Amino acid sequence: MAESQALQVQEKKELVSKGEKTVPARHYVPSTDIFETDDALRVVMEVPGVDRKDIDVKVEEDILTVEARIDPAKYEGMEPLYTEYNVGHFARSFALSHKIDQQQIAATLADGILSLTLKKVQQAQPRRIEIK
Amino acid sequence: MAMLFSDPFDTLLQFQQTLERLRSSDWLAMGPSGVGSYPPFNVFLKGDDIIIIAEVPGVAKADLRIEVKDKTVRIAGTKTVTHDEKGGVHRRERRGGEFDRAVTLPIEVDVNQIKAECHDGILALFLPRAERDKPRTINIT
Repeated sequence: MAESQALQVQEKKELVSKGEKTVPARHYVPSTDIFETDDALRVVMEVPGVDRKDIDVKVEEDILTVEARIDPAKYEGMEPLYTEYNVGHFARSFALSHKIDQQQIAATLADGILSLTLKKVQQAQPRRIEIK
Repeated sequence: MAMLFSDPFDTLLQFQQTLERLRSSDWLAMGPSGVGSYPPFNVFLKGDDIIIIAEVPGVAKADLRIEVKDKTVRIAGTKTVTHDEKGGVHRRERRGGEFDRAVTLPIEVDVNQIKAECHDGILALFLPRAERDKPRTINIT
C-alpha cells in the first residue's frame, strides 16, 4: 500500500481551460480523487491555503465546477527568498455522467482538503405492472 | 517588499512571477536535502525573520513532527489518503505516504522563539533570527 512509501513531490499543474480567466493570475489544477457509490459521487480535492468562504462549488448542465481562491494578502510584507512551488487560485471542472440533486450537495473542508458529496437524482424506480 | 502590492489588481500575478523567478535560486543548495523533496518549501523574509511555508494538504497537525537543531530544521510526518473502497474509483490523483525533510538555513535562528502553525493544509514556521546573528551598526568615533 502507498502509505509506507516515501512521498514524492507532485508538481502543481497549471490550469489550461477552454475559457480563459479574466483575472490576470495563474490558476492551478487541484489533485482530485473521485469515487462513485450507488447513490452518490464523492469528490476529494486538495486546496491548501484556501478559506471556507473562498470556495465556489456549482453544478450547471451536468458540469461540476469548483473554484477555490487563495488570499494573496496573507503574504503581505513577506519577501520571497527561495521558492519551490508557486501559489495561485485553484479551478477545475468535470462533466458528470449522472444527474445530480442540486439541493443535496454536501461539502466539508478540513486541513486543506475539500470533500464533496454529490447525491445522484433518484432514478424512476422499476415498476412492475400488474395485469388484472 | 513594497513593489509586490503597488497595484492591488495585479498583486497575485506579480507575486506569482516573483515566486517563479526564484525557483532557480540555490539558496538552500548547501543543505542536506535538495530540491524535489516533500514537502516543497517557500522561504520568505519578514523583517529580520525567516518564514518557511509548505503546502501539506491532508496532513493533520498530530501527524507532523518538527525538530530544530542549530541551523537545521527537520519536518517529518505522514500524509494519509483514505480511499472509499466500496464504490467505483474514477480518479485517484492524491498520494499519501511518509515524508522527512531537513533544511539547513544560512542564518542562525533563535531556537527558543520558533513558532509553527498549521491551518488549511499550510504549514508555516516562524524562525526569528538570533540576536547574535544580526548585523551590528558600528559607530565611528
